[in-house]
Amino acid sequence: MIGLEIHCQLTKLESKLFCTCKANYRGFEPNTNICPVCMGMPGTLPRLNKKAVEKATMIAMALNCKTPQRLGFFRKNYFYPDLPKNFQITQLNLYGPTSIGEQGKVSIEGKEIRIRRIQIEEDPGRLIYEGVSERTAITLVDYNRAGTPLVEIVTEPDFDNPRQVRIFLNVLSDLLENLGVSDPTLEGAMRADANVSIEGGNRVEVKNIGSFHDLEKAIHFELTRQTSLKERGIEIAQETRHWDDKRKITISSRSKEEDEDYRYILEGDIPWVIMDETSLQGWKKNMPESISSKKERYVSKYRIPAQVADVLSSDKYYSDLFEQAHDESNAKEIANMITTDLMGLVDTREKREQSKLAPKHLSDLVLMMNSGKVTRSSAKNALQEIVKTGKSVSDIMSSIGLAKISDESELGKIIDDIISQESTAVQQAKENPQTINYLVGKVMQKTKGKADPTITLNLFKKKIGI
Amino acid sequence: MSLGISAIEYINGIKNGTITAEEFVAKTIEHIKKVEPKLHAFISLNDNALEQARAIDKKVKAGQNVGAFYGMPISIKDNICIKGGKTTCASRMLENYTAPYDATVVSKLNAQDAVIIGKTNLDEFAMGVATEFSAFGPSKNPWDTEYVPGGSSGGSAVSVAGLESILSLGSDTGGSVRNPASFCSIVGLKPTYGLVSRYGLVSYANSIEQIGPMGRRVEDVALLLNHIAGKDPHDPTTIDNKNQDYLSGIDSGISGKKIGIIKEMSSGSGLDSTVASVFKNSISAFEKLGAKIEEVSLDMVEYTVATYYVLTTAEAGSNLSRYDNLRYGYDLDSEGYEFKSYISKARRNFGPEVTRRMILGGFVPSAGFAGKYLLKALKVKSKLKKQIEAAFSKCDFLISPTVPVLPFKFGEKIDDPLAMYLADINTVTANLTGVPAISVPYEVKNGLPVGIQIHANLLQEKQLLQAAYALQNTTKLPEVPL
Repeated sequence: MIGLEIHCQLTKLESKLFCTCKANYRGFEPNTNICPVCMGMPGTLPRLNKKAVEKATMIAMALNCKTPQRLGFFRKNYFYPDLPKNFQITQLNLYGPTSIGEQGKVSIEGKEIRIRRIQIEEDPGRLIYEGVSERTAITLVDYNRAGTPLVEIVTEPDFDNPRQVRIFLNVLSDLLENLGVSDPTLEGAMRADANVSIEGGNRVEVKNIGSFHDLEKAIHFELTRQTSLKERGIEIAQETRHWDDKRKITISSRSKEEDEDYRYILEGDIPWVIMDETSLQGWKKNMPESISSKKERYVSKYRIPAQVADVLSSDKYYSDLFEQAHDESNAKEIANMITTDLMGLVDTREKREQSKLAPKHLSDLVLMMNSGKVTRSSAKNALQEIVKTGKSVSDIMSSIGLAKISDESELGKIIDDIISQESTAVQQAKENPQTINYLVGKVMQKTKGKADPTITLNLFKKKIGI
Repeated sequence: MSLGISAIEYINGIKNGTITAEEFVAKTIEHIKKVEPKLHAFISLNDNALEQARAIDKKVKAGQNVGAFYGMPISIKDNICIKGGKTTCASRMLENYTAPYDATVVSKLNAQDAVIIGKTNLDEFAMGVATEFSAFGPSKNPWDTEYVPGGSSGGSAVSVAGLESILSLGSDTGGSVRNPASFCSIVGLKPTYGLVSRYGLVSYANSIEQIGPMGRRVEDVALLLNHIAGKDPHDPTTIDNKNQDYLSGIDSGISGKKIGIIKEMSSGSGLDSTVASVFKNSISAFEKLGAKIEEVSLDMVEYTVATYYVLTTAEAGSNLSRYDNLRYGYDLDSEGYEFKSYISKARRNFGPEVTRRMILGGFVPSAGFAGKYLLKALKVKSKLKKQIEAAFSKCDFLISPTVPVLPFKFGEKIDDPLAMYLADINTVTANLTGVPAISVPYEVKNGLPVGIQIHANLLQEKQLLQAAYALQNTTKLPEVPL
């Protein structure tokens, strides 16, 4: 059995959870995105960011959770240098349901994963070690991250294998991005710990996992380790283990018996937040359309193939582009262009950030294609140029000459050349007409994709007599 | 020009030109220099006080807008932050700590042209009833320097009683404004929880404490409350008081009002006989003022001291855990320490009482004990709240002696924490229930002051101050023997 605890930063918020410092601390010099409040200076008090409550509630709703009637905050007390107050403000259901959500569920490939609880809490600062943490000579602390709004999502132990975990995390990551609450691709924006156990064994918590890829590996390692212990008749200790990124194994860090007692107490500085029906309804109304609803709409309204609709809807970047580029009549072509031609050009956050492409480029290109002015492969070449330079489609057409070659005499000359160079292939084509595609391909190569494929084919057939 | 004038008299004096802020502040500083070696009310003094007073005088002269305090010297307890100044909490832990921002009450006083004359002494982190736990030595009771001034806002009370400032701000977690007010024969108010912003008050037990005004006259305290109360965006627990004016109509009297004597605070073996007789006199005075008196029983009061110490140590344990000497603090080389041993070394700079409460605070909310202590205490708190609500459905005010005992001598209780904690029995109820309570000086018997405590219902400060004002005018107090 596998359960997850996922921490997700609300990176799209303007400010931290309890002060006005930036929620997205990235790119600041160490200890410059701080103030007396997030540094926990004596006498300061937290001011709850209402937007964080709204966004976290949207997550809870999207994960089909129950939302409480009132929100309460608690202090989790422990000493650690990354915690300015030596306690973390978090949520707990100590006096009834008071965390942002509970009892949710998500379906992945027909399997239901139950969500136990969702809570809002503050992220600690960051510790920077010299070398490895165990043997570091100095530890530096950067508090820029301290107080960043985090949402912790705790699942029930409903996963059977690492594959389900991966699918779930992908679904969750898409969902968070689609809600516009977080950018899960930012380093450290989404982190997960796993609770792993096998039948008849104790629960083992695996922490310190850097990426989802490693999470899958760590779970796999843990399952193998536990099974092997069981086979040898050794008891599986209830403990916390750390993922060793270098050796790709888990190592025992401390036994659960010695686990710290967090001495939870109510955070009296934040009054109970009453979750009134009007706000909840308003937030629900303002939630962006869900991925599944988008997909359904793409299929039923625009007749986009299910697989294409799936790719398009689950990626907010693609679906936003799609929605802005299409005018219904060209929806299918735009969808195709995004999922087949554009995808490779903007598949990482860096490429997306650098891309100069605008929705209008897509609709212009599709128009050109539909009116027979450019070929599909020329359009692909044009996309490359657009992503790089942002030039308008018409500029590109004239500057690099992508206009389709449909002039029969021009094409005829090229075909004649090919026929004289490729006598074997011509012979083959005469015997097996399907292999003529090879020759058409040669023409395409020579014209950099500008040749009209239909005219080329017909000319070829005529010239070699098949 | 007497330093013993009231705040109202000071303002009138400035307005009609009989005094200037500069003169008054200069005279105050001179007086402070004279009496401080004896009284030790202050931890630090404001070096710019005279200059500030001069600037305010200039504004008065030029007919410009001047804030309500007209350069009046006001002292501030040293657990309230002033930007750029030291805020020590009377602890070695913060001996050299400079606050990077102003507490909301400080910004408000500055905006109203008060001259913050200095930061006053307290029990370390406001934990104590005698200022004996100040890391910088105790303050002395100006009525008799062999006696404690009460605490934890002892320095504030001494500064006001000793004519070193006209008004002062203290903080009250379990009686820390009212207890020293009673011991030093001045007025001290613990406002409704949430009426005054705590932003910038160094937390001890944040769910029940308030900053409270202290002065020699009830009307002075009302004036100070006018300028510190109200909603503050920096403190989400604050309440909008609609800019209520606590001073206007303060002389309305209490004829026809119903007053309940809290039985559990006004009888029994713990009550000193002198205190009991003074309290009796105050009851007669209330009757003469036309109030109707009856006895009220709050049987939860018996458990309030235990409850108070469980709740406050749990919160203090959390609030004070930030003092790990990593980001600010005192000089201690971390070289050679592993994190946990460094923390335990660094935190040895707390004094004995804070250490005691840190240990308790680690224990009462811990797994396996929370149910027996913390949760039980929360139950008493909520029952007590219901009893207070019921009492206020019948009465306008609830009264008791502020402290069941007379001021005691230094060293008398310091080694007996339980006896010391019992001195809080009459004051902690207001903190646990959030209601406002005021201590009014009533008599000085054999040279030792006795104060009367009046509680009112939540946010009924205006009524409360009217009752306190009425009571004040039924007594004539001797002058402090400075």
